[in-house]
Amino acid sequence: MINIHSLSKTFGLKPVLRDINLSVPKGGFLALLGPNGAGKTTLLRIVSTLSRPDAGEVSVAGLNLSTHASAIRQLVGVVSHKPLLYVELTAEENLRFYARLYGLVTAEPRISTVLAQVNLSAHRHDLVGTFSRGMQQRLSIARATLHHPQVLILDEPYTGLDQDAAIMLDDVLRSVSTAGCTLLMTTHDSARGLALSQRVAILSRGQIAFETRSIRLTPTQLEDKYREIVNA
Amino acid sequence: MPKPANSQRPQASFWRTVQAIMWKDLTSELRHKEIVSAMFIFSLLVVLIFNFSLELDRATRDNVAAGVLWVTFVFAATLGLNRTFAAEKDRDLLDGLLLAPIDRSALFVGKMLSTFIFIIIVESIVVPLFSLLYNMSLFTPLLLVVLVLGTLGYTVVGTLLAAIAIHTRAREIMLPILLFPVAVPVIIASVQASAGILEGNALGNISGPLNLVVVYDIILFAIAIMTFDYLIEE
Repeated sequence: MINIHSLSKTFGLKPVLRDINLSVPKGGFLALLGPNGAGKTTLLRIVSTLSRPDAGEVSVAGLNLSTHASAIRQLVGVVSHKPLLYVELTAEENLRFYARLYGLVTAEPRISTVLAQVNLSAHRHDLVGTFSRGMQQRLSIARATLHHPQVLILDEPYTGLDQDAAIMLDDVLRSVSTAGCTLLMTTHDSARGLALSQRVAILSRGQIAFETRSIRLTPTQLEDKYREIVNA
Repeated sequence: MPKPANSQRPQASFWRTVQAIMWKDLTSELRHKEIVSAMFIFSLLVVLIFNFSLELDRATRDNVAAGVLWVTFVFAATLGLNRTFAAEKDRDLLDGLLLAPIDRSALFVGKMLSTFIFIIIVESIVVPLFSLLYNMSLFTPLLLVVLVLGTLGYTVVGTLLAAIAIHTRAREIMLPILLFPVAVPVIIASVQASAGILEGNALGNISGPLNLVVVYDIILFAIAIMTFDYLIEE
């Protein structure tokens, strides 16, 4: 579903991503770990069409990023630590706005469904500015899944969430994954990433330093491997 | 979660996207009254300062009225244009718009029309006040046409350059520096056309500057539609 081949990206003279090769099959869930500055966000921005690579190829659902960016945008939902919501609009108005941008013809039933999925039905008429960080992040997931994306890209989605909100996000991600959506997530929480995903990879100094099936590692083993790579 | 045959999904139409952007901007402004109130207060102050600082006789006042009017609107509009993408940029909301599978030129048109409406609202309040303070009637249909066309041209080029300025560090300073030189033709033509109308000239006598405003609007709109996609991206 997501195929990244020989991807490189440089900011000024600094190489941020170097010869990245990565693939996530349809329905797969890859957790990408790495320290700050490793290039995780840059990689996700490229896959989600927000940034262009300097070299290499990226394809999503067989569509090449450089030639089919708009079609890829239709297939992808993005959740980041920034909720991408308008605080002066209500939860429902935010979703209605994004539904229009994604060309959803019958938006109202879908808005009700996604609000129920993230447990925000009771707050649909509340201004997003009055929401807690956890509620905003839940609404952000509703926004990202509104258009039935085939691929969900999550950039540090647990940032700033309390325990309850994080557990709720776990449940949402499991249900999305079970429904056949392909997920690519960056996180600093290696234990959570390992528990949720089917594969884990470690990005260090702009390169994929390690990748394996999640089931092959315990959280402690992953922690040790992470430290070994990052401190090398 | 994913629907089958996603590649066959309909995309939002151009005008549906424009409407969505305008609806969002107008609803936000209706609740916060951030842009229109700032532009209105600024315009009012400029008109008052000119009125009381230039103690002019009737004839001289008639001569400078069109210039004062346009200086007021150009400065006030620049305030509004500075906010065109600033709210999205400040709160990291631009990514949300750029992630959507929309025609980027629809984003430009939506943003441009929202700002145009804000400026026209301010102008519709300031013009009667200006008439009162300067003791002259501005309510001639031809002058209103010039106001709308001149404002449209300034908003088109301003929205385009605002998309460049948001990527710079000192965007509030950068926008006027970029905008004023490019907007000089439409400002001068609008002032000349307005002055001609206030002097009582017929349409035939002001057709030169009026045509220039129309041509400027069309050319800049075409350039904006062609280049916006490249300007707004990272």
